[in-house]
Amino acid sequence: MNLNGKIALITGGSRGIGKAIALKLASLGANIVVNYTKSDAKAKEVIKLAEEMGVRAIAVKADVSNKDDVENFINKVLDEFGRIDILVNNAGITRDNLLMRMKEEEWDDVININLKGTFNVTKTAIRSMIKQKSGSIINVASVIGITGNQGQCNYAASKAGIIGFTKSIAKEVAKKKVRVNAVAPGFINTDMTDKLPDKVKEEYLTKIPLNRLGEPEDIANAVAFLASDLSSYITGQVLIVDGGLLI
Amino acid sequence: MVFEKLKKIIAEQLEVEEDEIKMESSFQDDLDADSLDVVELIMAIEDEFDLEIPDEEAEKIKTVKDAVEYIQNNMK
Repeated sequence: MNLNGKIALITGGSRGIGKAIALKLASLGANIVVNYTKSDAKAKEVIKLAEEMGVRAIAVKADVSNKDDVENFINKVLDEFGRIDILVNNAGITRDNLLMRMKEEEWDDVININLKGTFNVTKTAIRSMIKQKSGSIINVASVIGITGNQGQCNYAASKAGIIGFTKSIAKEVAKKKVRVNAVAPGFINTDMTDKLPDKVKEEYLTKIPLNRLGEPEDIANAVAFLASDLSSYITGQVLIVDGGLLI
Repeated sequence: MVFEKLKKIIAEQLEVEEDEIKMESSFQDDLDADSLDVVELIMAIEDEFDLEIPDEEAEKIKTVKDAVEYIQNNMK
């Protein structure tokens, strides 16, 4: 598998799953654009690691839920690289709460970043792919978007929304040879899941046939496959990467 | 002038013969384009004529004449 010379854009790429994806794609030869919102230092670290692999890498700060931010961000990428071959919509947050306790703000933040962010970035970046008649978009969903989860109605709705979005856009742009797929991670070792109590983690572990939590690299490998030509006949799919949790 | 240049772009984008393209031709009804072809055509027009056509204006461009008029009124 190689992605030599491809331009790959990863939202939320400074840490967790996004970082692993950025570095995996870089290791396969792709030039990478790391979008981030908070930590300049963490984004720079990813850029440095990617450059050590011999590819070009830039970091762009942008809030994916903000349309103007996204337009500036994509323009910057096009100025720098002239095209976009791979887009990974990974930026995502959680604001867990029971429905009865959930504030409107908690609902809106999650929907705006996870779902509207995916819409904003895809809409702006897909133009380049349609023009060049090639491209692969990978949206990071979640098994929670398939099964639901108590305390996560906002997150589950955003991830289920991403799955519906993925399938719709896959149908819209297939004719232009642009593929759109999703990966649905299960329980992955990141800052996001680190917050959970040990008891919850142990309980999950008993339900995972492969008997371990997933690592960000497990997701990055699936994304790399969907980004590459090895998956050239696959579009509109949701690839579940969960150690068998949903079986 | 605009029409001649536009004809070339349409012919290339929609894969039709230039003499099939008339001022009154509708992209979707006469030139066999689907909605995505039209989006792509608008993108090509933006590039070739150095324009930025907002979505709400782009939606109104349905015929060759609509496009010619838009380009003439908005050329820099």
